[in-house]
Amino acid sequence: MDSQVALLLAQDGIVNGAVYALMALALVLVFSVTRVIFIPQGEFVAFGALTMALLQAGRTPGSLWLLLALAAVTLLVELVRHQRGVAVDWASTALWAILLPALAAFSVIFLRPASLTGQAAATLLVITPLGPLLYRLAYRPLAHATVLTLLIVSVALHGVLVGLGLFFFGAEGFRTNAFSELRLDLGGIPVGGQSLVVMGTASLLVILMFLFFERTIVGKALRATAMNRVGARLMGIPTELSGDLSFALAALIGAVSGLLIGPLTTIYYDTGFLIGLKGFVAAIIGGLTSYPLALAGALLVGLLESFSSFWASALKEVIVFTMIIPVLLWRSLNSHHVEDEE
Amino acid sequence: MIFKKTLPLLTALALASVAHADINVGVTVSATGPAASLGIPEKNTIALMPATIAGQKINYIVLDDASDTTAAVTNARKLINEYKVDVLLGSTTTPNSLAMIDVAAEAQTPMISMAASARIVEPQDAKKRWVFKTPQNDIMMSLAIVAHMADSGVKSVGFIGFSDAYGEGWYQEFSKIASLKGIQIVANERYNRTDTSVTGQALKILAAKPDAVLVAASGTPAVLPQRALKERGYAGKYYQTHGVANNDFLRVGGKDVEGTFLPSGPVLVATQLPASHPLKKSSLEYVTKYEKANGAGSVSTFGGHAWDAGKLMEAAVGPALKKAKPGTLEFRIALRDSLEAVKEVAGAHGVFNMSATDHLGLDQRARVMVKIEGGAWKYQP
Repeated sequence: MDSQVALLLAQDGIVNGAVYALMALALVLVFSVTRVIFIPQGEFVAFGALTMALLQAGRTPGSLWLLLALAAVTLLVELVRHQRGVAVDWASTALWAILLPALAAFSVIFLRPASLTGQAAATLLVITPLGPLLYRLAYRPLAHATVLTLLIVSVALHGVLVGLGLFFFGAEGFRTNAFSELRLDLGGIPVGGQSLVVMGTASLLVILMFLFFERTIVGKALRATAMNRVGARLMGIPTELSGDLSFALAALIGAVSGLLIGPLTTIYYDTGFLIGLKGFVAAIIGGLTSYPLALAGALLVGLLESFSSFWASALKEVIVFTMIIPVLLWRSLNSHHVEDEE
Repeated sequence: MIFKKTLPLLTALALASVAHADINVGVTVSATGPAASLGIPEKNTIALMPATIAGQKINYIVLDDASDTTAAVTNARKLINEYKVDVLLGSTTTPNSLAMIDVAAEAQTPMISMAASARIVEPQDAKKRWVFKTPQNDIMMSLAIVAHMADSGVKSVGFIGFSDAYGEGWYQEFSKIASLKGIQIVANERYNRTDTSVTGQALKILAAKPDAVLVAASGTPAVLPQRALKERGYAGKYYQTHGVANNDFLRVGGKDVEGTFLPSGPVLVATQLPASHPLKKSSLEYVTKYEKANGAGSVSTFGGHAWDAGKLMEAAVGPALKKAKPGTLEFRIALRDSLEAVKEVAGAHGVFNMSATDHLGLDQRARVMVKIEGGAWKYQP
C-alpha cells in the first residue's frame, strides 16, 4: 500500500463516516430526549433517497401516500383523545398532520419540481413529518414504558417500514442524479464533487445542530428534557412536544443523508438498515449520550470500514461490528452505572 | 398480502379440485424479501402457465416464502398436506430449495426448483431423485466466460464477488476452470450486497493490473464494483455473471456498464437469435406471452426459469396421466418418472434432456455470450 492508496481509502472512509455521523447524531438525539433506540432511522435514509429517485423519474413516490395516511390516522387519534378529555396541542398537530403533509402533497403532485433543489425540498417535505407522526402513533402511547419495550416497538416499526419500502419502491435499486459533477485533482488524488457535498453538508448540519442546542431556547429545552424529564416539566417545558421535535429532526437528518448518498451508490428499499446500524455502532461509542464522541466514532467506523475492505474484504462487516465489543467493555469498566429514570 | 386474500378462494378451489381429481400444482416463490426481484417475475410467469394439460384442469396454488428458508419449508408442507399437490414448483433461492428437498422426498412429491446451485440436484441420491431444476449450473456459465476470455487473449483476471454463497460458489467454479485454461487470478475480493462503497477492493484490484475483471454478483448491486473501477480509471475488460441479466441492471448501470460481457440464457436476447438457433422459437414464445401480460420490455431471465419448470411439467403430465390418476401416490411416482425421461423439451433457456443422473438436463445450447452495447443486450455469435 502506498500513500496514494491510503489517501484514497481515507477519503472514502471520511465520506462514509460523515453519513454514519449524521445517523449517530440522530440516534443520540432521539435516545437522549425520548429514550427510544430508533432502529428505523436508516429507513428514513432509504425513503429519502428513493423518494428523490422517483421524483426524478417523474413518478409519484409511495412515501407520499404513507405520509398522508399517517397524517389522517394521527388526526383521528388526536380527535379521539380530545373526545376523551385529554388536552391536545392542536397547534403542533396542525403543523405535523395538516400543514406539512398538505405542502408535501401540493409540491409533489402539482408543482412537480424539475430542478434538483426543488426535488430535494419536496423530498424533505415528504420525509420530515413522518418522524413526528410515527412518534405520535407508535411511541407516545408508551412514553413511560421501559427502554426495552421501546426497543421492541422500534424493531417492529423497522419491519413494517422495510415492508412498506418494498411495496412503494419495488425490489430494485435506484441511483439519483449527482448534486455536483465536479471532479477535482488534489495533489494526484481525484476527489468527486459529490464527496465534497457530503462532507460539507454533514459538517454544516453538525454545526447547525450545535448552535441549535447551545444557543436557542427550543434547543435548550430539548437538552433539559433529555437530562431530566420531570424537572423540565416542572420548569414549564412541554415535554410531549420535545418528542415531536426530536423525531422531526431525526427524520430530517435521515432524509438529508439519503439525498447525500443517493448519487454515490445504489439505494434499495432495505439499504437503510445497515447504514443505520453502523451509525448505531458510532452512537454506542459515544455511549448514546455524547455527540462529539459519537461523531468521532462515526469517522472511526468509516475509516475502519474502508481500510478493512482493502485488506480483508470478506471480513469487513465482521471487523466493523466486532469493534462494538471492546468499546462496550471499555465503557462498562470506565463509567459508573447510571440507573434508569424509572 | 395478496396471497392471504386469495387463500380462502384457493382453499375452496383446492377442495373442489380434489373431488374432480384435477392436477394440483403447488408453487412457492420468493415474491418478497431480498430475492424479490427474482421471485416477482417468477410469480408473474406462473399466471401464464397453461390452465389445462392433456385435457386435465390444472390448479395453481401460489404461496410467498419471503426469501426465508423456514417459510419455504412451511409452504412446502402446507402445499403437500393441505392442498394435496401433485408437484411442487420452487423455490426461488438455493437455500430455500435445499431446505425443501427433505419435505418433497418424504412426501414422495416431485419438485422442480428455480434456483441455480448444482447442489440442489447433485449428486443424485434417494432424496434428490425427487428433485429437478431448471436454471443453468454456474459451471456452464463459468465455462462460457473462461472460453470467451481465452479467445480474446485475457491472461490475468481480478475477481470480485458477493461475500456469500453466490460469490464463493462462483470463485470455486471459476478458479478451477481458469487454471485449466492458463488464466491467472491475480486478485480475489469480496463485498456485500448492501455495501455503499467498494473503493478499497477496487484499489486492490487496480494495483494487481489484471487484463479483465469478473464481478460475481447478482442484480443491480453488481453495478457498484464496476462503477468504482471505472471511476478509478480501470480500462480492461469487464465480465459479469448471468445473475445481472435483467433490465434494472442496465437502468442503474447506465454508461458505466457499457461494453461488459456476460453469459446468459438465450431468452435474454431471444429476438436477436439467428433463425437457425434451436431456442429461437421457444424463447420468443415466452417473451411474447410475458410482455403481452406485463408490458413491453418487462421480461427477465428469472421468470424464464419458472416458465421452463412449467414446460417440464407440461411434458411430463401427459405420460403420467396414462399410468395413474392425479391426487394419488402412483400419479406422483409416474410424474417423477416421466420428468426423468423428458427428451428434447425446448424452453426459454435451453433444451432439456433428463436422465437418472442428470436432473437439470441442459447442454451448451442453454447459454450464449452477451455484450452490453448502447444500453441494451447484444447477442454475441
